[in-house]
Parts: sequence; C-alpha cells; structure tokens
Amino acid sequence: MRFTELAIDDSTGLIFGTAPRPVTSGRGLTVGGGQVYPELNFTLPTMEVNARTYPEIKEIYRNTVDDVLTRAAALHVEGIVVEFETLLEMTLEPAYGIELTEVLVEACERLSARYGMKAEVRLTPNDTRDYERPPRMRNSPYLENMLRLFDEGAKAGATFLSIESTGGKELHDEALVNCDIQGVVFALGVLGVRDMRFLWDHITKIANDRGVIAGGDTACGFANTAMVLAEKQYIPRVFAAVDRAASIPRSLVAYERGARGPDKDCGYEGVFLKAIAGVPISMEGKTAACAHASPVGNVSMAACDLWSNESVQAVHLLGGPAPVVSLEQLAYDVRLLNESIRTRQSLLLRDMLVGSDIPHDPQALILAPDSVIRIARAVVAAGDHLTATLAAVGTALEIIEEAVHDQRLRMDPREEAWVTMIREQLAQIPHNEDLFVEMMQGRIDSGKVLLEEYGL
Amino acid sequence: MSLLTEISEMLQRGKAAEVKNLVQNAIDEGTDPRVILEEGLLHGMGVIGEKFKNNEVYVPEVLIAARAMNAGSEILKPHLADAGVEASGTVILGTVKGDLHDIGKNLVRMMMEGKGLEVIDLGVDVPPEKFLEAALERNADIIACSALLTTTMTEMKNVIETVAGEGQRDRFRIMVGGAPVTESFCKSVGADLYAPDASSAADAAAALCREKRAG
Ligand code: B12
Repeated sequence: MRFTELAIDDSTGLIFGTAPRPVTSGRGLTVGGGQVYPELNFTLPTMEVNARTYPEIKEIYRNTVDDVLTRAAALHVEGIVVEFETLLEMTLEPAYGIELTEVLVEACERLSARYGMKAEVRLTPNDTRDYERPPRMRNSPYLENMLRLFDEGAKAGATFLSIESTGGKELHDEALVNCDIQGVVFALGVLGVRDMRFLWDHITKIANDRGVIAGGDTACGFANTAMVLAEKQYIPRVFAAVDRAASIPRSLVAYERGARGPDKDCGYEGVFLKAIAGVPISMEGKTAACAHASPVGNVSMAACDLWSNESVQAVHLLGGPAPVVSLEQLAYDVRLLNESIRTRQSLLLRDMLVGSDIPHDPQALILAPDSVIRIARAVVAAGDHLTATLAAVGTALEIIEEAVHDQRLRMDPREEAWVTMIREQLAQIPHNEDLFVEMMQGRIDSGKVLLEEYGL
Repeated sequence: MSLLTEISEMLQRGKAAEVKNLVQNAIDEGTDPRVILEEGLLHGMGVIGEKFKNNEVYVPEVLIAARAMNAGSEILKPHLADAGVEASGTVILGTVKGDLHDIGKNLVRMMMEGKGLEVIDLGVDVPPEKFLEAALERNADIIACSALLTTTMTEMKNVIETVAGEGQRDRFRIMVGGAPVTESFCKSVGADLYAPDASSAADAAAALCREKRAG
C-alpha cells in the first residue's frame, strides 16, 4: 500500500471545495482549490447507435453541450466539467467516441473563450472487456480499442480521463445477489485490486504521454449496483454499506498508480479516497435523481469538489432540454455551497447535509466525515490491500452496530440478522492473499471467472 | 406435518439436502410425482415468491430456496418424465443485443423456474436470430427479452420483426422488460406482454402458458 497515512486526518478537514492536492487543468480550472464546480453528464434519448443514426447523434451532442454551456454562462458558472461517458458502441468503435469528444471539446473551447468560463471535458470510455463472458481482463480483444479511445480522446482535448472498470465484477454480481461477503471481498480486494494495477498503469501512461490528467476509477458496477439493489429491497441496506467499504482499497489503486483526480462521480467511495490520497472528488446525490434513486442525497455533497448529476437523458422537459434543466439544478446547489464558503459557514452547512441523512440508512452513516476518517484510518493502517479491504468492512460494521445500539440509526429489524451473518462470514477470511485464493478456488466457476487473467 | 408440507417448508428455508431426502421419501411412499411437484416444491416456491413480492424476504433468501427447489427437482425429474408430465411452459430468455445487464434477467429466470416453467437462458448480448432459433428448436411458448439501456431497448423491435419475418409471429408470445421498458413501449413495438418486476413477470408468463396450452 502506497498510502500509509491520511491526507486529511481530522474530520473537520473533510469538506466540500477543498482538497489537500487540488488539480488544475490547462484552462486553469482548479478542482479542490476552494470552490465547488458542477459536473454535467448527459446521454442519448431512446435510440439506436449505428452508422445510420450517428449523424443525428452528433447533432444531439453538439446542440446539447452548446445549450448547457450557454445556460451555465448565464448563471455565472465560472467553471464546469462536462463528462462524456460513452455508450458501448462508441468504445467498441472508437472513431465515434473520438469524434464526439472533439465535438464536446470544441464547444468547451469556443464557449469558454466567449464567456470567460473554464469548461473542461472528462472522458469516460466503457470497460468493454466485460463484453465477453468470461472476460479476459489482460488478453481481451476489446482492450486495444478501449485504450485507443483513451489515447485519441486525450489527443482530441479531453482534460480528465476516467473509467468505471470492471475487474472482478463477474464474480461480484453473483456474490451480491447472494449477499456473500467472502465473494465480495475476493472480487474487490483481490481481483479488483489486481486489475486496477494492470489497467491504471496503461491509463496513467496515456495521460502522461498526452499531457492530460488521469482522473480516477469508481466501483460503480460494484457498490452502486449494491445500492440500487438495496433501494429495491432486493438486498439488505447494511450489505450495500459494507460493499461500499470493501471498494475503497480497490478504487485507491488508481491513485497509487499515478492518477490525480478529480475522482469520478458515481462512486461514493470518493470521500475515503479524498481523506487518504488528498485528491479532489466528484460526487453525486439528490441532483442525480434523474439517473437513479439513492439514500445518500445530502451526505454525498458534504465533501465534494465537483457536484454531478451522474447522467440525464437528452429529452425535452417543460423547463427546456433535460441536460440544461439538470445543469441549472447543479448550478444552484453549487452556488449555495460556495456562498457558505465565502461567508465561513461551510462547516455548518456540511454538518446539516450529513445530519439530515445519516439516521436513515447505514450507507449514509458510513459516509459521514467521522465514519470516513475512522474507516480510512483502518485502511491505511493495514499492510496490504486484502487486509485493508477486510479492515474497511469490519470498521464499517462496527460503526453501524454502534449507531444501531445508540439508536442513532433506524434499521429495519429484518436487517439485524444480516449484521451477524456478515460478521461470521467475514471472520472466516484469511488475512493472506495466497490462503484466500486457495480457499476460494474451489468455489469459483472457471466458466465465469478466469483467474489467470488476474495474474493468479 | 405431512411430507408435502414438510417439503414446502424446508424448501422455503433453503434446506436443499433435506428437500432432496424428503422428495425421495415421498416418491418411495408412492406419492404421484405431479402432486410432489405441485403441492411440495411449487407450493414452497410460491410462498417464497409471494413474500419476496411483499418485501418480506431478500433475493439471497429466494435464491437459496430456488437452489433447494432445483435439488428436489433433480430427484423428481425422471419420475415426472415417466408419468408423462411436461414443464408447464418453455421460455426463451435473454438480454438483447448490445446490452450486458443481466442481474434483473437472472431474477426473472429464477422466478419463472419457481413457477415450474422451463427457462432457456441465452445470456447477454443476444442477437434477434438467436432468440428465434432457440424458440424454434425448443418449441417454446414465450420469447422474453430484457434491456436496461435506452439505446438497446429498440433491439426488442428487431426481435419481433425477425420472428415475424420468418412467419413465426403467431407461434410465440413475446414478453419484454427491464428498467426503461414500459407498458406503452411494449405496445408500441408490438410485443405481447410487459411486466415491471421478476415476480409479476413469472406470474404473467405462467398464466400465458396455461392459456396458450389450453388453446
Ligand atoms: C448494475 C448496472 C450496471 C452493471 C451491470 C451488471 C450486470 N451484470 O447486470 C454494469 C456496471 C456492467 C453496467 C454497465 C453499463 N451501464 Co449500467 N446500470 C446498472 C444499474 C446501476 C442497475 C441495473 C440493475 O441491475 N438493476 C437491478 C435489477 C434487478 O433491476 P432490473 O434490471 O430493472 O430488472 C427488474 C425489472 O426491470 C424486471 N425485468 C428485467 N428484465 C426483464 C425481462 C422481462 C421479459 C420482464 C418481463 C421483466 C424484466 O425484473 C427485474 C427484477 O424485478 C442501472 C441503474 C438503474 N437505474 O437501473 C445502470 C444503467 C442501466 N446503466 C447505464 C449505463 C449508461 C451503463 C453503461 C453504458 C455504462 C458505461 N459507460 O460503461 C454500461 C453498458 C454496458 C452494456 N452494454 O450493457 C445507464 C443507462 C442509461 C441509458 N442511456 O439507458 C443506467 C440507467 C445508469 C444511469 N443512471 O446512468 N451497468
């Protein structure tokens, strides 16, 4: 583990707008340097992506980004990140992704110049290795095009590079619906960590060669899937909470391999990464309700440096195109945060954001600054990533148990039995990777997971 | 407690080994395999399915029960075949082309199997021709398509057109689902049936098969 101490070791220091290691773009947008900025992402309405529809798609991207940035300027937004999270076809066929990046970059340049704004593009290609089952993480025929999109997208002017990589997900999906914490820890703390090292060496090299910024990688396909399943009452909320904790060491690897942030929006583990690595982070919450339900709508804002809508479809609403409406909501959220900074009341606002969410859900509780520092401390004190994953899960459980005991957290009685079950399963995991691999080998279906693709 | 009730209860608690033994006992006692299936296994899955629908149990609990059901079915299958009992219906299930989301689809499979339907799961990224090919090969009742992306839900239309193009539209009922899919979308592409979640998908599929087989 590269990080052995915390960049923020006091919970009062974990707050929106300021990160110990801010990041500045070529146009001079500083993220984590004292102000919060919006990050806007949009996707297509119901339509196919192919050669026939592509010209129309290009128009949608062009018009939408223009509308969004024009409205942003009207609202005196000084800086903004436009995330381009590609749809699968745009990574499988990088020419689409590259050209659409150019479209977005051109608009950011033109409108930044016109309005004196600092608009930057974050490019997030898909992890297309998942396209093949079982995925070949290191020898995937899809790897080349995916890396090509990173490279040519960076060349085309994307400022930040990110991904929601999927190493270990083929095991994690099943572990999740079975609430199997051993499978979760193996998927994230062993397979995920190993794949992140492999992948992020490539991404940081591309970023360095092209002179752009390696943003970060969220465990969206893991912990956000857990959150969505919990929200549907398919799995216990407490399981989703510990799944989030288990994703911390995995997502930290990007920063160990040279990424600098801002971390991507769709992983609430970002707050832990900020505490550990000091990187600025993008977060999403109530203003991402256009994309998905969430039990952490306010608390997720407490330490954000970029505030995001996750994704909105480019459809038309009464107020205008949905992405413009979404930008407007983000812009007002951000104004409030920045005004609290200006008037030195940010800590008060932060504590309200935190306090309003944490009694309702264990997933919110573990994102509270005190919990974050406590869990992050356990992570950096561990000697390796597996031990860190176990420590994160164990500490999260402790925090949840204490809060239930003190009646600070309302928990469905159905959930309580799960806390004990998770604890028991967790205790059986060896604190040594070789032994854990041995233990899991018999349980892993070689038709679904190829361990050799993780160097095992 | 009767043996059949015991099978149902053990199944609900996910006790696979016990269910297996109890099913064997019931067969040894000469109980009609059809009755073991209906009043033992399917009854147990029915109770669990209802609890899941009412948010009384979580998915892992349903999955454990489904595994216990499979364990019992394995023992029962040859006896059902001997007695000339067929599955109450056959469903071809898959996530449409270009789409890799399968958590929801897998739940649909589990709940359908719990209703005694035979489900042929084609996995993810399934092209239209593959749906049709499998349906013809298995003489299926239903083709069920899952899609989670607004950019892939349009593939459902291609499935329907492919089936119709081969002159097979009347032979199969087509069911659609997944988060972005709605009743009106179902109608607009000319599919037969939409369901918002796995339990209602299974209920609807079972009802459709009953209806279809009754003529
Ligand atoms: C988990 C998830 C993933 C996982 C999938 C893991 C897996 N093995 O399935 C991963 C990380 C791989 C993933 C990838 C992507 N995803 Co995704 N994903 C989700 C997420 C968070 C949850 C989906 C889920 O599993 N829900 C739980 C299940 C149980 O619910 P369900 O699928 O709806 O199924 C229920 C019902 O719909 C119904 N049902 C389902 N199928 C069927 C079929 C029939 C016949 C019937 C009757 C009923 C039925 O029954 C089910 C049970 O009750 C959603 C968010 C959301 N709001 O849905 C995004 C979401 C669907 N993904 C999205 C996106 C954009 C992507 C990516 C393109 C991201 C990227 N840039 O890489 C890729 C696409 C990959 C691809 N080609 O498919 C977007 C879609 C936006 C859009 N334009 O449509 C969403 C909405 C997230 C968002 N808000 O932006 N994703």
